[in-house]
Amino acid sequence: MDTTKLRKRMPVSTLFDPKIVIPAIGQSFVKLNPATLIKNPVIFVLEVVTVLTTVLLVRDIVQHQSDLGFTFQIVLWLWFTVLFANFAEAVAEGRGKAQADALRTTRTQTRAKRILNADNTELYEGISAEELEAGDLVVCEPGDIIPGDGDVIEGIASVNEAAITGESAPVIRESGGDRSAVTGGTTVLSDRIVVRITSSPGTSFLDRMIKLVEGAERQKTPNEIALNILLIGLTIIFVFATVTIPSYAAYAGGAVSVVILVALFVTLIPTTIGALLSAIGIAGMDRLVRFNVLSMSGRAVEAAGDVDTLLLDKTGTITFGNRLATEIVVVPGVTEREAAEAALLASNADETAEGRSIVLLMQEKYNVKRDVAPAGAKFIEFSATTRLSGVDIGDRKLRKGAIDSVLAFARKEAGRDVPEPAAFRAAVDRIARAGGTPLGLVDGERILGVIHLKDVVKPDVKERFAALRRMGIKTVMITGDNPVTAASIASEAGVDDFIAEATPEDKLRYIRTEQAQGRLIAMCGDGTNDAPALAQADVGVAMQSGTQAAREAGNMVDLDSDPTKLIEVVEIGKQLLMTRGALTTFSIANDVAKYFAIIPAIFLAFYPQLAVLNVMQLATPQSAILSAIIFNALIIIALIPLALKGVAYRAIGAGPLLQRNLLIYGLGGIVLPFIGIKVIDLAVNALHLV
Amino acid sequence: MTVIGWIQILLFCAILVALTPLVGGYMTRVFAGERTFLSPVLRPVEAAIYWVGGVDDKREQHWLTYTVAMLLFHVAGFLFLYALLRVQASLPFNPAEQANVAPDLAFNTAVSFITNTNWQNYGGEGTMSYLTQMLGLTHQNFLSAATGIVLAVALIRGFARASAKTVGNFWVDITRCTLYILLPICIAYALFLVWQGMSQTLGAYVDATTLEGAKQTIAVGPVASQVAIKMLGTNGGGFFNANAAHPFENPTALSNFVQMLSIFLLGAALTNVFGRMVGNQRQGWAILAVMGILFVAGVAFCYWAEANGTATLNALGISGGNMEGKEVRFGIVASALFAVITTAASCGAVNAMHDSFTALGGMIPLINMQLGEIVIGGVGAGLYGMLLFVIVTIFIAGLMVGRTPEYVGKKIEAKEVKMAMLAILAMPLMMLGWTAVAAVNPQALPQLGNSGPHGFSEMLYLYVSSTANNGSAFGGITANTMFFNITGAVAMFVGRFFMIIPAMAIAGSLVEKKIIAPSAGTFPTTGGLFVGLTVGVILVVGGLTFFPVLALGPIVEHLAMLAGTVF
Repeated sequence: MDTTKLRKRMPVSTLFDPKIVIPAIGQSFVKLNPATLIKNPVIFVLEVVTVLTTVLLVRDIVQHQSDLGFTFQIVLWLWFTVLFANFAEAVAEGRGKAQADALRTTRTQTRAKRILNADNTELYEGISAEELEAGDLVVCEPGDIIPGDGDVIEGIASVNEAAITGESAPVIRESGGDRSAVTGGTTVLSDRIVVRITSSPGTSFLDRMIKLVEGAERQKTPNEIALNILLIGLTIIFVFATVTIPSYAAYAGGAVSVVILVALFVTLIPTTIGALLSAIGIAGMDRLVRFNVLSMSGRAVEAAGDVDTLLLDKTGTITFGNRLATEIVVVPGVTEREAAEAALLASNADETAEGRSIVLLMQEKYNVKRDVAPAGAKFIEFSATTRLSGVDIGDRKLRKGAIDSVLAFARKEAGRDVPEPAAFRAAVDRIARAGGTPLGLVDGERILGVIHLKDVVKPDVKERFAALRRMGIKTVMITGDNPVTAASIASEAGVDDFIAEATPEDKLRYIRTEQAQGRLIAMCGDGTNDAPALAQADVGVAMQSGTQAAREAGNMVDLDSDPTKLIEVVEIGKQLLMTRGALTTFSIANDVAKYFAIIPAIFLAFYPQLAVLNVMQLATPQSAILSAIIFNALIIIALIPLALKGVAYRAIGAGPLLQRNLLIYGLGGIVLPFIGIKVIDLAVNALHLV
Repeated sequence: MTVIGWIQILLFCAILVALTPLVGGYMTRVFAGERTFLSPVLRPVEAAIYWVGGVDDKREQHWLTYTVAMLLFHVAGFLFLYALLRVQASLPFNPAEQANVAPDLAFNTAVSFITNTNWQNYGGEGTMSYLTQMLGLTHQNFLSAATGIVLAVALIRGFARASAKTVGNFWVDITRCTLYILLPICIAYALFLVWQGMSQTLGAYVDATTLEGAKQTIAVGPVASQVAIKMLGTNGGGFFNANAAHPFENPTALSNFVQMLSIFLLGAALTNVFGRMVGNQRQGWAILAVMGILFVAGVAFCYWAEANGTATLNALGISGGNMEGKEVRFGIVASALFAVITTAASCGAVNAMHDSFTALGGMIPLINMQLGEIVIGGVGAGLYGMLLFVIVTIFIAGLMVGRTPEYVGKKIEAKEVKMAMLAILAMPLMMLGWTAVAAVNPQALPQLGNSGPHGFSEMLYLYVSSTANNGSAFGGITANTMFFNITGAVAMFVGRFFMIIPAMAIAGSLVEKKIIAPSAGTFPTTGGLFVGLTVGVILVVGGLTFFPVLALGPIVEHLAMLAGTVF
């Protein structure tokens, strides 16, 4: 992926940009409101027990109890923990808001020219864009901002879609066909179009995009709900484990204060993942937007991570789309150099992609210099009747073109029948069999050779498909080519399967068969005839350049209209789940060290033998408890960057991937807090905090 | 520890592994309704039972219907057993003229036997008539075992069937399980035990004159028939108070070895049934491997603790490990092995007194039960308990590889996680909650046999054993009081049914799902990584839940003992 290009389009703030961090600090306090916090059960429980300890602290102050300093510090760090959790979410939302604000500026104050009578498009009234209803017709003229999403029903215009895509090159929008959809907020550059508005106020594409990046419409995805249940379950287990302790202590003839119990409880419940869970979700959506892909729901992003089969259009995704020259085959008696020079001369002024590729090939592969073009050369343009192009230099007539046409040209030049060289025919046949296009090259009556034009597979796709295969994802190429050509390209690109001479029905049928076998399918498409397949696929990525029908059928829209994005979308989906899993594991693994810090500390008073469990050699029971609480709070801040960036994804198959993540986040999660708590304990004692 | 001791442990494991696929294959056929070699004899009996009960054996049930049928069946079983205990004095087959059982003890015992716990707040030979032993206790031994097995099978069907509505027919399953699996094995097994010297008679207790000339009453009765199912069905309720330490309930070293095997036999075989039914036996072996690792680790630790004895004993010049509370006939290895097996499975039969184990040795049975008895576990209960942990494991593992988690082709989603957590929550609530109540209850504390951490372990063990439906007692504690009878019964009830109902809800949810074809992106659940991860999740979840109580019980007792303090 061309990341530099992307960076130019969507503003990416550095992780702790003050413009985001400062408002986020304010938001952390606003989010203390229990009514909103209850959506995050673990942090809500944390807030409840924090309030409880605060009340106890006030009571202790009033009653002039001892140990006020210790209790105060515990309460303080508990509040920090809640605030850090809120901060994580606020930072994630802030990053989204920064993008949304940029979008919002384009939406303000748009005026619409609403047509009063459908029969007369000349007669319109000026109204605010927000008053437009679905079904209204509006006129857009050069310089107008298109007031809402819709279909062009009359006319053709060039439109600047930079507001949505960040790409300033204008695109053509015309009535009928696959290029009829326009988006609110984009600007008409030339010509006049009539647009039928398809979105109601507040539901346009731009509105949805703003809401999405802000996280305002974020609903918990199925997987997030399941994870939340697991976290609530663990929290309840730790309620049981801690509330029973006073009774056990009483049996042993001791007592444990409520503040210390709360400290134990808070360090045990999964606050780390609880604090970061919504930030992970928002950041996942954000990453998609940064890739210029809009997902209609978080559910679709998650589904993308589960995809088993990718349906990819050949043209533009797997191949460059244009046929390119890859070699020149000469007939006996002609040197490669001679043919290469002739080919270069014949293509020198040819500005088609094919022509340019011939020039490039001759320069790079055959080391012909371009400045050999002599003066007085006359370029012969390609025409449909001759099916030839080339150059006349004095008497010399160089031509390239379709095989039949080239032979006919040689015959005409010679004024007699010119025998077709056997090597020439053999080369033509070989190229055709390989799915390529042979291009004849002739110098007057003399046949020089054949240029092999090929539907060139993009250089890195083979590796990417191999990576996908290791992830367990099958790639299927869809092409309108005949089966022979399709098979040849399929094997070269390394796709697992292909559908040749594909019709929209074929795609739909293929998707249904795969789904019946329990597989999840992703595909991308742009045309109206792709709409049924896009709707049927589990993940349907519609191209921004496509029709409104396609955009509505899919559950994601790619603003760059780049079909290879599908692969990134899958990776982002996987990364989202992995980040949740990794941080959950880390959070739970942390508990082991926290037990070893706190259990000996609270029971030491009546069972001094338990001092051997103090494996970290923490100085005093109070410093042990305080250090565990401080670690528990700071780890949230420390992990915010990871939550926002996501854990590194590698296409190495499920087993090795799990092994790797277990080692880092499972084993690391067990070991790290032992070190962290020890270090904090040293600091706490060095500063004489307790 | 001795080489002979280790050979005994290895031999046990090897025989068990060899029997697993054989019995598993047979059980799979039984629950698939296929013909077996016993069909010519048993099929007419089976058909007659359906005819009498008005059961259509072709008609399957929705998970809810299945569960309700099971619950109704238990209500009837409970009422019948309670009534029997309350009126046994007026009924025949009571040569020792046992009195009617007190209401709270009858309540505790009835709950205990329908939940496959078989906690005994009574001494068998001093409380129960022969009729109660046979018609009440042995009868429930069969049915509670069969219930566990059929529920596990229903859950397996949830995994194995695709896009279905039903999970089987409770009446058919329980009939086939009893008729084709439990009864035939028990008949052969009981005869073997009689051959080994076990008592099997309806005659009265025997009076004997000892060498010193004193008069001794020797209790006998229909023991072998009850012991066979007590072991095979992981019930554990002894005919005699001394349970499997009694010479008439465990006459020889061979009977001891076979009894240990029979405790694990059906539980281990069910893992194979799981593998066969989901179409890949390796899935079953992977689960057995998880259980096996936890089991062998427990045995090794317990054997080490017992064989080393304690510093106090060694200081007195007593070598050869801790023999306190152990039968000299069996010695340390057979006692340690038996203790781990009986608590790993939810059997609860004992051949040594767990109370007299060293602090660390006695901790292993405690941990086995706290983990929810998923190491082989109670027949059926062990498998569905383990599958609940597998669901949690798979959920975390699935997230970590970036896919919605799936297990044997079924997607694990919010509903499954919710139900699994609900079931897992019930255990610590009962185990920790009741211990906390007892620890500050002035009525409960005088019943403890010891003070300090050891007394604490006695209480903890009682509720852990009850909740896990194990039924073994730590000893020391006098639990036949109103408080312990009632709270223990509640623990047993919740421990059984709050596990079963969520497990069945999972079965119902899974059975409706499609089966997803595995791909390279699917986390393989037959390999070492899965086994290791599941072991890890079980230990971490269990450890985090129970670390405080273990620290206050066996761990502190051990540390105090090293410092020279005993309780």
